Amino acid sequence: MQVELRGIAKRFPGVIANHDVDLTIRAGAVHALIGENGAGKSTLMKILYGVQGADDGTIVVDGRERHFSSPTDAIEAGIGMVFQHFMLADNLTVLENIVLGAEKMHGIGEKARGRVREISAEFGFDIDPDVRVAELGVAARQRVEILKVLYRGARLIILDEPTAVLVPQEVEVLFANLRELVASGCSVLFISHKLDEVLQIADDITVMRRGTTVGTADPATATRQQLAELMVGAELPSPELSADTVTDTPVLSLRSISLVDDTGRTLLADLDLTIHRGEIVGIAGVEGNGQTELVEVIMGMRRATEGSIVLAEEDITRLSVRKVRERGVGFIPEDRHRHGVVLDFSLWENRILGHQTTAPAVRGPLLSPGGARRDAERIIDAYDVRTPSVHTTARALSGGNQQKFIVGREMSGDPILLLASHPTRGVDVGAQAAIWDHIRRARQEGLGVLLISADLDELIGLSDRLEVILRGHFTAQLDPREVTAQELGTAMTGGAA
Amino acid sequence: MTRTIASPAAVRQVRYLTWIVVLAVLITVSLVRVLTDQNRMTTPGTLRLALIAACPILLAGLGGLWAERAGIVNIGLEGQMLLGTWGAAFFAYHFGAWAGVAGAIAMGALGGLLHGLATVTFGVDHIISGVAINIIGLGAVGYLAQTFFDGYEGGGPRNLSGYAVPREVTIPGISSAARWVSEQRWFLISDVAGAIAGVTTRLSLLTILALLLVAFTAWVLWRTPFGLRLRSCGESPQAAETLGVNVYLYKYIAVVISGGFAGLGGAYLAMVASSSFTTGQTNGRGYIGLASMIFGNWNPTGVLASSLMFGYADGISLLSNNGPLVHAILLLLAVLLLGYAALKFRRGERMTAYVVAGIAVALFAWYLAVDSVPSDFTGMTPYILTLFVLAVAAQRLRMPAADGKPYRKGQAG
Amino acid sequence: MSQLVRRVTQMVTYSIVPTLVAIAAALLATAAIVWISGAPVGGFLEAMLSVPGQRDLVIIVNQASMIALSAFAAAICFRMNIFNIGVEGQYIIGACAGAFFAGSGIVPGPLNILATLVVAMLAGMAWAMIAAVLNVTRGVSEVISAIMLNYVALTLAGYLVKTYGSKSGYTFTTGTIPPSSQPLGFGIFSGAPDVWALSILAVIVAVGYSFLLGWTRFGFDLRTAGESRTAALANGINPKKMVLITMAISGAIAGLVWMPSFFGSTHTFGIPEYFQRGLGFTGLAVALLGRNTSLGIFFGATLFAFLSTQSNRLQSVGVGRDVVEITQGVVVLMVVIAFEISRRVKARREQESVARELGATSEGVRA
Repeated sequence: MQVELRGIAKRFPGVIANHDVDLTIRAGAVHALIGENGAGKSTLMKILYGVQGADDGTIVVDGRERHFSSPTDAIEAGIGMVFQHFMLADNLTVLENIVLGAEKMHGIGEKARGRVREISAEFGFDIDPDVRVAELGVAARQRVEILKVLYRGARLIILDEPTAVLVPQEVEVLFANLRELVASGCSVLFISHKLDEVLQIADDITVMRRGTTVGTADPATATRQQLAELMVGAELPSPELSADTVTDTPVLSLRSISLVDDTGRTLLADLDLTIHRGEIVGIAGVEGNGQTELVEVIMGMRRATEGSIVLAEEDITRLSVRKVRERGVGFIPEDRHRHGVVLDFSLWENRILGHQTTAPAVRGPLLSPGGARRDAERIIDAYDVRTPSVHTTARALSGGNQQKFIVGREMSGDPILLLASHPTRGVDVGAQAAIWDHIRRARQEGLGVLLISADLDELIGLSDRLEVILRGHFTAQLDPREVTAQELGTAMTGGAA
Repeated sequence: MTRTIASPAAVRQVRYLTWIVVLAVLITVSLVRVLTDQNRMTTPGTLRLALIAACPILLAGLGGLWAERAGIVNIGLEGQMLLGTWGAAFFAYHFGAWAGVAGAIAMGALGGLLHGLATVTFGVDHIISGVAINIIGLGAVGYLAQTFFDGYEGGGPRNLSGYAVPREVTIPGISSAARWVSEQRWFLISDVAGAIAGVTTRLSLLTILALLLVAFTAWVLWRTPFGLRLRSCGESPQAAETLGVNVYLYKYIAVVISGGFAGLGGAYLAMVASSSFTTGQTNGRGYIGLASMIFGNWNPTGVLASSLMFGYADGISLLSNNGPLVHAILLLLAVLLLGYAALKFRRGERMTAYVVAGIAVALFAWYLAVDSVPSDFTGMTPYILTLFVLAVAAQRLRMPAADGKPYRKGQAG
Repeated sequence: MSQLVRRVTQMVTYSIVPTLVAIAAALLATAAIVWISGAPVGGFLEAMLSVPGQRDLVIIVNQASMIALSAFAAAICFRMNIFNIGVEGQYIIGACAGAFFAGSGIVPGPLNILATLVVAMLAGMAWAMIAAVLNVTRGVSEVISAIMLNYVALTLAGYLVKTYGSKSGYTFTTGTIPPSSQPLGFGIFSGAPDVWALSILAVIVAVGYSFLLGWTRFGFDLRTAGESRTAALANGINPKKMVLITMAISGAIAGLVWMPSFFGSTHTFGIPEYFQRGLGFTGLAVALLGRNTSLGIFFGATLFAFLSTQSNRLQSVGVGRDVVEITQGVVVLMVVIAFEISRRVKARREQESVARELGATSEGVRA
């Protein structure tokens, strides 16, 4: 199936998300759409899938102009989409998730179940239609998403950043599946900002930048540098460390930390870890293997079932979050909207957050709005947060600027330890480079840093030492100077893939 | 009505356990009845009253279930039910019994529509909208009664009686036989017979309708594509949207049906539970219905079971001279809770076990200390029971994942 | 200075205008209902919009003070994002306990007033803690438990008065306050009754409320937990503890709700003659109407007191007075809808202005 987008435009309040977008997807090809975070790829895909309407431009499918006012129209035209954040109802079964909205095809009973089994077997998916989605891991969920699309007989499959949550081995499996799909006559639109992957899988490449398509490239001849130049107008920043700053002074020591939840499931098992001054320790692992819990235990958001945590010679195992923060722990949480900022507070109020007991944000039991405002202004300057003023609410800022503000806030008040969870997730290249800089500077200034990330390049480039976490255990220690992403992926999934 | 995900063997085991628990409770009830000599505990009369008290709660609970399965918390059930009482009285007075039922459903559905407008279209907090609807419902029913019923025959500014109500049926043979057995006061057998007599004697057609609606709800929500779509809106509206489900439409349908159920519950109150209308007749039954939905774990059969329990509490609080009976029930509760505590203890939930056992001991001490419970306290029974049940059960329950969360179209992905 | 101008403009655009529109819409909707039901619309509007006399003005002030107290009790919980629908029950219990204590005359003279207020606050607080503790320890929805507790409170108060009170005429009451503990009111009009002395409580609570929420660390923690429990937890605020403390404060304020009337007029407590029910629900509505701000709450309390006082005139023009309850309910619904719309408009405008000031790049996009 051939799909053409011509002159697509989409405006949001004050922002032009897409303009003059032209894109042609050939039948039976893998077409890669690349661009950095915030370049407008996701918006474009939502338009192509009918989730949002375009303000301008046309969509042509197999020579016929189509108008999509809802996903139903797109599905009918043979388009299917796998979202970056999976669109699955956890409490429904795989079958229910798949047949939802397509009940007319084979009903919701035995016939549909048979059809799901059939497709699943055809692609070697090994998915049980009657299991609840909540019980599936990330890779399996992605296969359910693909099943959903195939069940509807889609001939163009859009995949939005499908590799973001997968380890290299799983990426290989996914790519093999994509090739099979193409061989069976489907077209694939593959959205990514990972250039190596794109060069590996794509037949055609289109580059987006600042809301519009800025060029195409031939994967047979294009290089990483050329693509990066098209994408951001410069070399992509790469994470790497300067001279060794690691000392022998421990900042944080975990001793046999275990965590068991109410249902008796072990989330963390006997973890030992020491972070020294001037050292960045990276934690590698497939999401959901205990990283979140590890951070929560150190921060005091959850109590460890066993073991102790020592911060600069003081036992902080039983301290509250506030006390832990007062002892000099900065915290960049993995989900900034849920944990990092209060979206409807202004920036100066967000400056107080997490620092409610320390100057300059407070004076005794009273707030010090003046102090908070001045310090927020300092952060805005020093960390290049693009905002009209400190009175702007956090909600109105872009993800990259929110994140820079959080980093600036967490570096206030002379911390000795920085916990950084996915510090550059979903931010633009400029912010990413800046945040990497700040983390490197923190290391230089003698902070201990615990870095958790799903971006393996970031982990390898930025860490002095790597620990691999798998089902709550530290299963391997790796030297980032020697390990490759491939090897790291193997370790993350538990050995031979 | 559970999903068909567990293996057949596991399902069989769960059913088997359920039957054991039911039997154990029955035996306990019967034992306590015999020990305390409070035969009114399980007479056909009491159980019939309990069933009648249970139905409005059941209907409200099912109404809540429809809305919450689609992701809308409908605390406006109370107001919608109130509108139903007025609708039943007004339309039955003018056009006959079944017109009254239809009118009640329509009035309740209107309240549901208003709730849908506020929560679905305008994205207002569900609880706030529900409370506003309850205030409006209370005011509207008061005003409408003042305006219309004052001049009617058998009517006043706050009440109306003398309108037609749905027929009652008695199942011949079974009813009288069961009644005879229940009068023998045999251990266990008479209690079961009391229940059978209770549901076969002077049974209102509306009661039958209410019970049929349990099965209907279960079938529609879990066995039809429509139900799957509706439930998907409560679990993940974004996922539903990306598959072409018109989430707003389903939410609207659900909340209107929800209001309709509540309205029918109101009709039941004004036509079966009592044959006259008074303002403010619901007395919190809409809220108790919501509690029965929670305790029933958002499942139709669960709602049925828990509303029967609430209905029993409500029913005996209406009996005359019920002090000694409620007193006997203290003992029953103490024994049942002790059993529950033992069960929890064996499963390793020590803390819960101790707390529940402590409450059981306190109830037992109360039982020993007095001979009869003051009438003021018996009136509180349904409300205290609600608190109690939620406190014991709340943590193991699971509501639909997107229940009460705001949803806006076009933001999926 | 420009900061001040901006804030005032914002308040007018996003708070005052939507409120007025909502009130107007609610009045129109009510008029429509009156018209549909065949009652005289003209008479309804004339009665509702007539100017109250001196006597009515005093009643409005007295009622408004109690409604405002109840609204502050609800508002502090709203700021913490909990729904204290139990104010009704908490003030019944507070009133009952306070009345028993004051009537007993344990503490002599004017000091009795102060002591009674403390007792009423403690009782209201204790009643609120039941719902709070159930919520925190067992995860029970505070809305449903509080509603149940409202019913229980009413019955319990009745039982207590009947059992431990004294019979006066046909009803039981808690006994009357000694005359030495009965404060004088504020005489404003010579021809009308006094404004109750303890109406002043509403002002005191308002000042405390604004200070606590706007200027203290505790207030910041409370607002943070209200906006985002997750952000609170990650930043050193224990949401469960905040629920307990907030409900305790709310219950204490609720305990005060009926005190102006108790010390100003009835001097005894007994349901139904010597008590005024329903203030808890009115307070909830007013808190929503006033967007949980002190000024807004005073405005809303006065409006609701005005509406119910004016409704006394309705009977004479042949309109049922319950129609005012419809107006009150519709006002709440309209106001929350209006605020939701204005919130969206505000967010959009802010995004536009951010984009404008930073130069329109696609970087600002967040879907």
